[in-house]
Amino acid sequence: MGGNILQKTSGPKSEGPGGNILEMRGISKNFTGVKALSDVNFQVKKGEIHFLVGENGAGKSTLMKVLSGVYPYGTYEGDIVYEGTVQQFGKITDSVKTGIAIIYQELALFPDLSVYENIFAGNEVKRGGVIDWNETIIEARKMLQKVKLNVNPETLIRDLGVGKQQLVEIAKALSKDVKLLILDEPTAALNENDSENLLDLLRELKSQGITCIMISHKLKEVIAIADKATVIRDGKTICTLDASKGEITEASIIKNMVGRDIEDIYPKRPDKKFGDHILEVKNWTAYDPQLGRNIVKNVDLYVKKGEIVGIAGLMGSGRTEFALSIFGNPRNYKLDGELYVDGKRTRFSHTSDAIKAGIAYVTEDRKGDGLFLIQDIKSNVSAANLKGIAPGGVINDNEEVKVANDYKSSMNIKAPSVEQIVGNLSGGNQQKVSLGKWLFVGPQLLILDEPTRGIDVGAKFEIYTIMNKLIAQGMSIIMISSELGEVLGMSDRIYVMAEGRIKGEIAAEDADQEKIMEFATQ
Amino acid sequence: MNFFQEAKSLLKVNIRDYGMYIALFVIMLTFTILTDGLFMSSRNISNLLDATGYIAVLAVGMTLVIVIRHIDLSVGFAAGFMGAIAAIMLSQLGVPVYFTIPIILILGIVIGMFNGVLVASVGIPAFVSSLAAMLIFRGALLQVTEKTGTIIVRDDTFNALGNGFLPALGHVAGLNLLSLILGALVILYFIYAEISKRNQKIKYKFEVPSNKIFAIKLIFVSAIIAYLTWILAGYNGFSWTVVITLLVVAIYHFLTTKTVLGRHIYAVGSNPEAAHLTGINVKKITYIVFGSMGMLSALSGILYTARLQSATTTAGTLFELDAIAAAYVGGVSAAGGVGKVTGSIIGAVVMASLSSGMNLLGVGISYQYMIRGGVLAAAVIFDVMTRRKRG
Repeated sequence: MGGNILQKTSGPKSEGPGGNILEMRGISKNFTGVKALSDVNFQVKKGEIHFLVGENGAGKSTLMKVLSGVYPYGTYEGDIVYEGTVQQFGKITDSVKTGIAIIYQELALFPDLSVYENIFAGNEVKRGGVIDWNETIIEARKMLQKVKLNVNPETLIRDLGVGKQQLVEIAKALSKDVKLLILDEPTAALNENDSENLLDLLRELKSQGITCIMISHKLKEVIAIADKATVIRDGKTICTLDASKGEITEASIIKNMVGRDIEDIYPKRPDKKFGDHILEVKNWTAYDPQLGRNIVKNVDLYVKKGEIVGIAGLMGSGRTEFALSIFGNPRNYKLDGELYVDGKRTRFSHTSDAIKAGIAYVTEDRKGDGLFLIQDIKSNVSAANLKGIAPGGVINDNEEVKVANDYKSSMNIKAPSVEQIVGNLSGGNQQKVSLGKWLFVGPQLLILDEPTRGIDVGAKFEIYTIMNKLIAQGMSIIMISSELGEVLGMSDRIYVMAEGRIKGEIAAEDADQEKIMEFATQ
Repeated sequence: MNFFQEAKSLLKVNIRDYGMYIALFVIMLTFTILTDGLFMSSRNISNLLDATGYIAVLAVGMTLVIVIRHIDLSVGFAAGFMGAIAAIMLSQLGVPVYFTIPIILILGIVIGMFNGVLVASVGIPAFVSSLAAMLIFRGALLQVTEKTGTIIVRDDTFNALGNGFLPALGHVAGLNLLSLILGALVILYFIYAEISKRNQKIKYKFEVPSNKIFAIKLIFVSAIIAYLTWILAGYNGFSWTVVITLLVVAIYHFLTTKTVLGRHIYAVGSNPEAAHLTGINVKKITYIVFGSMGMLSALSGILYTARLQSATTTAGTLFELDAIAAAYVGGVSAAGGVGKVTGSIIGAVVMASLSSGMNLLGVGISYQYMIRGGVLAAAVIFDVMTRRKRG
């Protein structure tokens, strides 16, 4: 292993027939009774950027896990032909040795170690069995240059934003002399700027001959940089689209993904009726004692009954912090300013006060602070409104199942029963459970923080439809989102935040991407 | 679905819940065979349960503490210390027993709450704060027993909690009458509760197990209760310790499975951040759980002091580890959010059965520790394996 980075050779590279670096033939994979993949064929040419697209649960991640050896040889049917030979990976390190690197959506970095320690974790630069830290730092600088990340290699990962962490992951892959780089939804957690940077980097890597397979739900990206896109649906390959033949268009991808045409993914509301201000903040400021600075500054904002108010802005612009400061202030900021609910001035000292006042907050991080992953669907749905199923303080289990079943069918949550553990559901279904929990509370104002992050087009459409239904029932919604298309498509009015301030307010009719980005990057 | 398929699938789905009961059954059966029936004799079972009481109540409290992702190492010496205070109040200060017991329980709650404040509000890791408390209570116990050494308790009412039995009211064929009546009442209540639960489900049009399976379950559980009653009735009947322990278990079982408070405790354990955003007061839950732990430590101290009829300088040594082991054997997850009060009680009985059985067989104390350690490890391995299979 000793210092393999120092003796990087560019030896002869073998290729399969037709210039394919990878060919997966007739791959089938079963999970106790469930067929996750059936007879999948997948070919990747050397040096191309190849997207894998499909709805959540279609089998994309499973296919990549078969390729990288997470599911070892023998647990699947079919052949993996990589660089012209049939591979039998028994474990992940086998695939890493052949130059395959996979970067997952949930980053696998050590937050309390430095950038250089992370880049060479598991692949240490050693001399005689002892780590040469100076050499490590020098090599780390080279890798960081390659990914155009301008940070001190001694910075802790914890102190970097998600976008930069992503680049560190790629630098780590490059340090292992990667030939085939697999990225599982790399831009899901990134803002527009960081996403752009990442896409540029992938183009650059392509010019250096690195092949890239990317899983993404963002069709814009596919259209922007894909050479090919393979669509997977229900564990089967549907088709492979070729950019050089002009086959990669939004319509063609969506059609193949869902198996039907979706005319408009943002459903329209026919009659819009707005009432009084149900929430208003004036000169609202939040000071974070841990960071030692104001993270929300002098915000003026209102929401009318029956309105969807979008809050756009880049990540780190203070949108989530603003929402939390209203929602009972769980992070203990020091607050200043005026908060009105239903025209009455008020202050919440705990999240439970905000909930009582009819406000609900659906978090951006459903796994981190939204759901009880080890509990079942019914316990999650009832968690915020146990009184609703516990007359006299004693829980009625049957009522709980009934309520959960109602939400399961009305929101089309795909699960065998409401006793299913939430951690086993797909992202879209988890998001619906998270939403269902708050709908059972029956709030008048719903704050949705990145409501469709990391979920597929079909589930997105369902969430939008639910939002419109709620508005029709007299609810109001604040939607925080980094996806401009969604902000533009769903909002009645849009605020743009940057650096903790509201930089602009735009009516939906007047809004377009350029205007929003202009305010957001002011 | 035919009968056997249904039984098989029920067993498969609930293997983790039933696993412990099966293990307990196997252990008891093994010892009964090896000791020619001595193990299941009335006298031995009665002693075994009485000796488990003061650990079992600790295990109940510890279950909740571990569920909310904390630990309390101070419970052993806290129990010893509060038992000593009880002994002093009774013997040296002449406080009547009916005042002493509530005062000690309240003292326990205060002490537990103090731990809760250190953990939830000051933010000290529970391992460290309760380690500190353990040292403090150990010192405090030595301090109050220093002058006199062992404090003898002569109050009969108090001592009955650890040694006494419910009055018999008469005998039927040599069996304790009151115990028989109590056993019968418990069986009747169990059958009534199960049937009404089933009727409720049918009213909601939910699926219920077939009549056959349901009847077998009723008969099976009733038979076990009847058998235990019969065994205990053959000696002195139900002891106060067993009655108190069963009451504690019943109350905590109801609290954890049927009330909003219980749900909040499990929510905090499974994801504290999400619990906070769900409107649950995480600090308050932490105070309550530690407060309850303190109260049960006090109860444990009372039971132990009453059992020995005296407070000693070393009372409570290693109780905390026995309680923690019982909770883990009973299926509580170290990661938080998972664990049942009833499981921990079975865990406590499993550990006590091992000690009792091996004592009867004359197994050396060195081997006893090793075997109990092995059982603890095996229980957790079983738990991890069944969990992985499901997930």
